[in-house]
Amino acid sequence: MIPTPDLSHLTRHDLEQVYDPAEDTFLLLDALEQEAGELRKERPMICLEVGSGSGCVSTFLGTILGPIPSLYLCTDINQHATRCTLSTGKQNKITLDPVTCSLTRPLLSRLHHTVDILLFNPPYVPTDTYEASSAQSNADIAGSWAGGTDGMEVTERLLQDVEVSSFTVFWDTVNDVYQHLLSPRGRFYLVALKQNNVPSIRSRMLEDFGLSSQIIIERRAGRELLFIIRFTRTALS
Amino acid sequence: MVRLITHNLLACHVKGCTTNNFPLVFQDVQVELQEAEFNPDFIRNMLPRLEWTALVNAAKQVGDTSLPLEQPDMMDDELLQKLHHALMEIHIIEGAMVCQNCRHAYPISNGIPNMLLAEHEIG
Repeated sequence: MIPTPDLSHLTRHDLEQVYDPAEDTFLLLDALEQEAGELRKERPMICLEVGSGSGCVSTFLGTILGPIPSLYLCTDINQHATRCTLSTGKQNKITLDPVTCSLTRPLLSRLHHTVDILLFNPPYVPTDTYEASSAQSNADIAGSWAGGTDGMEVTERLLQDVEVSSFTVFWDTVNDVYQHLLSPRGRFYLVALKQNNVPSIRSRMLEDFGLSSQIIIERRAGRELLFIIRFTRTALS
Repeated sequence: MVRLITHNLLACHVKGCTTNNFPLVFQDVQVELQEAEFNPDFIRNMLPRLEWTALVNAAKQVGDTSLPLEQPDMMDDELLQKLHHALMEIHIIEGAMVCQNCRHAYPISNGIPNMLLAEHEIG
């Protein structure tokens, strides 16, 4: 049993502004724990969590990897979140390196093919496009859940950065076309909701980007059916 | 915390700023040293993913002049220790990182770099 990170240092004020770890967070922790043996064997050098919020997930990953040295980059568009990420790491004696930014923008060109573990628990709740994009530009707590059409608009933007194909039509892709985040042995763990259309995400990632995938865990939480999908360049058993 | 290992992975991403947008130059920095466990293999394996000249110059900007200008072919333990110190133990707490091309300044506050852009700067 790997202990859940200690979050007792987060104040009520913090949790009004930053996503409080919930079922989706814990499902991602469980998936990582299930993969712990393999993750340790891989000895990842660079881990990147997009939308790190409280910092709970990267801290947990740091606890799993223990003495294996790794760089834990954590991004969040919300400044309160990157502050909490830093303090949660400290509270649990894991050094996290948070960066306040949208998705992976300032890291994209330099992280070419170098990310060994990529974690993303996206804002996946279906909302209208306006709500999703204004939540992202306000960079507040709503940005942690408002996901736009099918809850996929923010995820779509990151999927483009993980592996970019030539036919992409998204607003911010031109510069990204030849940029790829995952290292050859990289693993990308994504949280998704049934309404996000998991089979379609998986087949698109395979057809467009050649990324194999596997559902690591699925679990019902209230009305939501949640999935953790793992993407890799080559199929793993 | 902005450590030099992180700094070496950040580039300016202002719309249209695509050349000479790396490395960012430190300005008005406040630095703190925090000891970290030395792991020579980690440093050795990380080096191919980093830009040597950018690292040497960044180290100088924050007051560490221990690294040679040219990357030596052989990495002895003494050099790996120096690299470890520069990459992992120097924390930039306050200041800014400025793009040499478009002059955009990214502030660093409480050890966290703010790389957010205004709507019109986003590519």
